[in-house]
Amino acid sequence: MLYLFDLVLLVVIVLLAWRSLNDADLFRGTVSFIALGLLIAVAWVRLRAPDVALAEAAVGSGLTGALILSALVRMRRRGRDAPRPNHAGGAIPRRLIGVLLLALFLCLCGAMLRLAQWPEGLTETALAELPASGVSNPVTAVLLNYRSYDTLLEVAVLLLAIVGVWSLRRAEWPGDVRESYPLLMPLLRIVLPTLVLAAAYVLWIGTSKPGGAFQGGALAGGAFVLMLLGGFGRRALRHRYRMRVALSCGLLVFIAASVGTMLLTGEILRYPAGFAGHWILAIEAAALISIACTLGLLYLGGRPEEAGDGTPVNRSVNGSKNGSMGR
Amino acid sequence: MIVLDVLTGLLLCAAAFFFVSGTVGLLRLPDIYSRLHALTKADNVGLGLTVVALMLQAESWSEVFKLVLIYAMVLSASATVCYLIGNEAHRRGQRPRRSGAN
Repeated sequence: MLYLFDLVLLVVIVLLAWRSLNDADLFRGTVSFIALGLLIAVAWVRLRAPDVALAEAAVGSGLTGALILSALVRMRRRGRDAPRPNHAGGAIPRRLIGVLLLALFLCLCGAMLRLAQWPEGLTETALAELPASGVSNPVTAVLLNYRSYDTLLEVAVLLLAIVGVWSLRRAEWPGDVRESYPLLMPLLRIVLPTLVLAAAYVLWIGTSKPGGAFQGGALAGGAFVLMLLGGFGRRALRHRYRMRVALSCGLLVFIAASVGTMLLTGEILRYPAGFAGHWILAIEAAALISIACTLGLLYLGGRPEEAGDGTPVNRSVNGSKNGSMGR
Repeated sequence: MIVLDVLTGLLLCAAAFFFVSGTVGLLRLPDIYSRLHALTKADNVGLGLTVVALMLQAESWSEVFKLVLIYAMVLSASATVCYLIGNEAHRRGQRPRRSGAN
């Protein structure tokens, strides 16, 4: 029965991927993409990787979906519905890309077939060291203890991403939709505090069960996007330093922890014995704030300017357009 | 325990029925308002039945409570989103289809 379920899931995933790339209507393609993300999350659950499933559902489907939708709205507002990429470029490069991708696919299949003969890898070693890692969720142990250097660089990449977006252009603020949609506020009043609470819960539970800074950060990032849609916190966002501190605190705390552990134990990110859990939680809490702000501010698509600029011209027009497409 | 399992199965079947009717409504009904109506109403009942079915299988009261919370969140979100989509369609001048018209 479950075998049948997996089969249907796989077929639908491939179909939706095809639809999201090839639909002539970009809006419909985007909806397919969001559904695709949700089904991939289900697939991760079936592969017993709930941590990845949480991240995929929140980032891959929710936030990326919101980003693509807002890009679509901006494109339409400027009157250029994108030309179908299929007609751009000749037919030969496309075929070449197809052949190359097929070759890559076959290589990966070969690699997968060969994997089965090999032993378990590092799973047993990792699980044996779990009690000393400070957390009891193996995924968090890998991310923030065994391979914490990688995670440090990942947090740095997120900061680089938002720096890149900020240096390209100014933010386009979503219009204030509170007056035209009176029911939005009551929903936000319920959803925003719940999401913040859920993010903190996911961070906390991440030490022992699926969850952690990235999943919690994605939830809080979603709350951030809703907050922007509801028109809150504009002054705070335009503040000179506040957002910059929030964006960089994850990396700064991580670097401080690296320096601290180096002074204490002589090795980068080797936590003092017995206190690993505390270090991990402190780093994760700071990382969550940065991840949430990065994901939320990416939605604005540029830097929130200070000096009398970001006030949207044509409020009502912006408002009605955003209101429909933003969700 | 077997009673609970049978009850869970029945509830899940009923839930599937409501989900399917919601989807049929989405595909077959003529205008956006009736489609929204079919989707949000039928799917919320379907999800409610699913949640009750899962509650019967829950191992602790905290799980039951979490399921209730999830259902409350989905209900408030879907009701609001239904209103937002309907309101926007109305604003853009979509007229509800009258009987007799094509």
